[in-house]
Amino acid sequence: MTDKYTQFVSRGIGKDVARKLGLPQPAVLRRYQPGQPLVPGPVLVQGTSTGADELAPALLSWDLDVRRHAVPREKLGAIILVLDELDGPEDLERPVLAAAASVRDLATGARVVTVSLTPASAPGPAAAAARQGVDGLLRSLAKELRAGATANGIMLADGVTTTSPSTLAALRFFLSGRSAFVDGQLLTVTSDEGKLPADPEKPLAGKVAVVTGAARGIGAAIARTLHRDGAILVVVDVPAAGDHLAAVANEVKGTALQLDITREDAGRRIIDHAVARHGRLDIVVHNAGITRDKLLANMDQGRWSSVIGVNIEAQLRINEALLASEHFRKSPRIVSVASTSGIAGNRGQTNYAASKGGVMGMVRATAPLLADHHGSINAVAPGFIETEMTARIPFATREIARRLNSLQQGGQPGDVAEAIAFLASDAAGGISGEVLRVCGQNLVGA
Amino acid sequence: MSFTGQSATGPEESTARPAAASQRGLRRAVVVGGNRIPFARTGGAYTKSSNQDMLTTALDGLIARFGLQDERIGEVAAGAVLKHSRDFNLTREAVLGSALSAETPAYDLQQACATGLETVLGLSNKIRLGQIDSAIAGGVDSASDAPIAVSEGLREVLLDLNRAKTLPQRLRVLSRLRPKDLAPDAPNTGEPRTGLSMGEHQALTTAQWKITREAQDELAYNSHRNLAAAYDAGFFDDLLTPYRGLSRDSNLRADTTLEKLATLKPVFGKNLGAEATMTAGNSTPLTDGASTVLLASEEWADAHELPKLAAVIDGEAAAVDFVHGKDGLLMAPAFAVPRLLARNGLTLDDIDFFEIHEAFAGTVLSTLAAWEDEEFGRTRLGLEGALGSIDRSKLNVNGSSLAAGHPFAATGGRIVATLAKMLCEKGQVDGRPARGLISICAAGGQGVVAILEAL
Repeated sequence: MTDKYTQFVSRGIGKDVARKLGLPQPAVLRRYQPGQPLVPGPVLVQGTSTGADELAPALLSWDLDVRRHAVPREKLGAIILVLDELDGPEDLERPVLAAAASVRDLATGARVVTVSLTPASAPGPAAAAARQGVDGLLRSLAKELRAGATANGIMLADGVTTTSPSTLAALRFFLSGRSAFVDGQLLTVTSDEGKLPADPEKPLAGKVAVVTGAARGIGAAIARTLHRDGAILVVVDVPAAGDHLAAVANEVKGTALQLDITREDAGRRIIDHAVARHGRLDIVVHNAGITRDKLLANMDQGRWSSVIGVNIEAQLRINEALLASEHFRKSPRIVSVASTSGIAGNRGQTNYAASKGGVMGMVRATAPLLADHHGSINAVAPGFIETEMTARIPFATREIARRLNSLQQGGQPGDVAEAIAFLASDAAGGISGEVLRVCGQNLVGA
Repeated sequence: MSFTGQSATGPEESTARPAAASQRGLRRAVVVGGNRIPFARTGGAYTKSSNQDMLTTALDGLIARFGLQDERIGEVAAGAVLKHSRDFNLTREAVLGSALSAETPAYDLQQACATGLETVLGLSNKIRLGQIDSAIAGGVDSASDAPIAVSEGLREVLLDLNRAKTLPQRLRVLSRLRPKDLAPDAPNTGEPRTGLSMGEHQALTTAQWKITREAQDELAYNSHRNLAAAYDAGFFDDLLTPYRGLSRDSNLRADTTLEKLATLKPVFGKNLGAEATMTAGNSTPLTDGASTVLLASEEWADAHELPKLAAVIDGEAAAVDFVHGKDGLLMAPAFAVPRLLARNGLTLDDIDFFEIHEAFAGTVLSTLAAWEDEEFGRTRLGLEGALGSIDRSKLNVNGSSLAAGHPFAATGGRIVATLAKMLCEKGQVDGRPARGLISICAAGGQGVVAILEAL
């Protein structure tokens, strides 16, 4: 699964050669396998606030070995840095430097997770400065970690505590191998909504999920991951991709729906199929997307309109049908696939980036419309992912693209799928209107 | 003709006979849906595909569409006309290679081009009798991957060689071998008892019923136009799964015109004295492909939250004595349809969709001409006059074999699934369920026909 270079420099002579020549040494990432421990060692909960005191016991129920004080030279699976009582920048020093002493003790594939409050709701400039400071601190620390370790942050909006359902869900996601390729990201828990699963290994048990563009690549990986987590799948793709789609449907034991999502009635047909065949509809993953790259100076109407039509207009139209449907009202979840191109831009992709930027705008504006039904909508923005599509990029360009992030490697389709499965779960109901990047902390475009 | 007097049902007789099977207290068998791979002209996209691979793919697409993974289906029946001897258990092998439960039983059936429709009728009857609750009917054929046998001479020598015990005995057997014995024995569509190809047989019938070149070309043109329009409307989105890069039938010529069809040279009936009218344009080409149909009792479909498109009402087989020239090789449906209609108390006017398999345009038109013929109706069908004529706007409205192609055993499944979907969309006509008639002619002078109804 890991690219050949990463395999070569991970052991034996390759490891020595790479170190002596100062070549990038990407680690083999710790990825989720059902039944494996959540983290590779004890968890240090750093912080003296009430929030920290409440969080630590909650972690014990996950069978974690929780420490409130570091034991010198003990390898740690994770450091949770609780920074939810910052009145000003000076309050950062003590907890941050205390945690700093343990950074060297992080095990391979360990995790650092900060828990702080959103700057938006700060009572004054000093508190806002401290809260925003966590953002810069976290992103920098993520770039310093080695050996597949990552650092991510959870930001709590007003009314959200360190033990709110979605705070715990986000923490569990960041600690686990599910977040292997998520690095340097801050995710906001927007509300107290959400419900923790009865069985954390089957967080989607009994849910009916629709995945568009599921015939291959990231879409097929999403279908497999949702199936593993207990969902019943409806896989959708254009009729011309029906053979690959049928193979995916049979693998995940779901049903195949051959449908062009740009059709006027696509939303109705998706709802009808899910309800008629499976009795309900809980999750819709908008994954279908196309690229028609061209410099803007050479852009033509066909390339522009097809990309906008498939990547954003179809999603808007389908969402309209979902929002109007009485079958999509029991804690519904929508997750859209955006792209780091939509955040940082990409040469030759004005049309694609416009569509993916559009997805993020749509997600933000749609979140309040779903709130009445305990619903949520979020976007996942992948960076460089190893797919059939990126395998066609010329070797040198591809090699540079996949190394230009903190983890020095491309992500796997399954990494994107894990983030989507997390946001589609009941437990993530308190996260809505957000964008989560799965990019290994791409160095370009923040 | 001996059988017409015995089997064709006159009006008086039909009232005396019991009502159609559907009214005799049996439960209904319904068509849930279908799946086929696009049909490919022989030597094209599926040249290297075996019957087993194509049938397995068609099955897997059906399983994916209806979520039948690991399901134990009551029974699967399918067949192939051109079949390798190693494929003696073709359907069961396809089931084992599919995502169905390995505990699903299967059998092969073969009735030439009627194979597919006969599997639907046989399995429907089992469902109606309560023997099974679900079934998959189907068919597959590859003229590209056709079996080639060794000559009869070589076969006898090889078998005798196996029985020989000593070296001298073996040498004696081998000495019987002649160079001509080494020529392989390729399959052909010739009738064993007449030596005539199917096309030459139809040419006789076409001439007998005075079917014009223009009428045949028009039928072929409509078939292409109708099939292309159905694809454009997305009609086949839930009836078909792409295979080996094809997502439409490769024989389909959406842009064909009557003028283009008129330029083609005749290929059959060139030595009949009359004007030859049958061309490559108004005859079906050899084709590769596979089709499947999911059948079920209403209870099973409901329990599995699956759609019910149409009910399989009744079917009838007929055969004609083409060997002695009494009737044309492909004219058996002309007899089967009147019998089936009579048994169900129906006339041609009660049918909303006619699916008459286009082996050749001439076959369809000869059959229609026979039904419109007073004398044929009186002397051959035992009626008071002509059976009647049909509204051409109800004929093969989403195209048929001239455009789609005709992989022999796969045609029945294509037609049943297509018609069932059309009936479901039509719903009711004049306060009764929409009704469709299927007519398929077959080698050996046979024909199988059936009635389907919307629910």
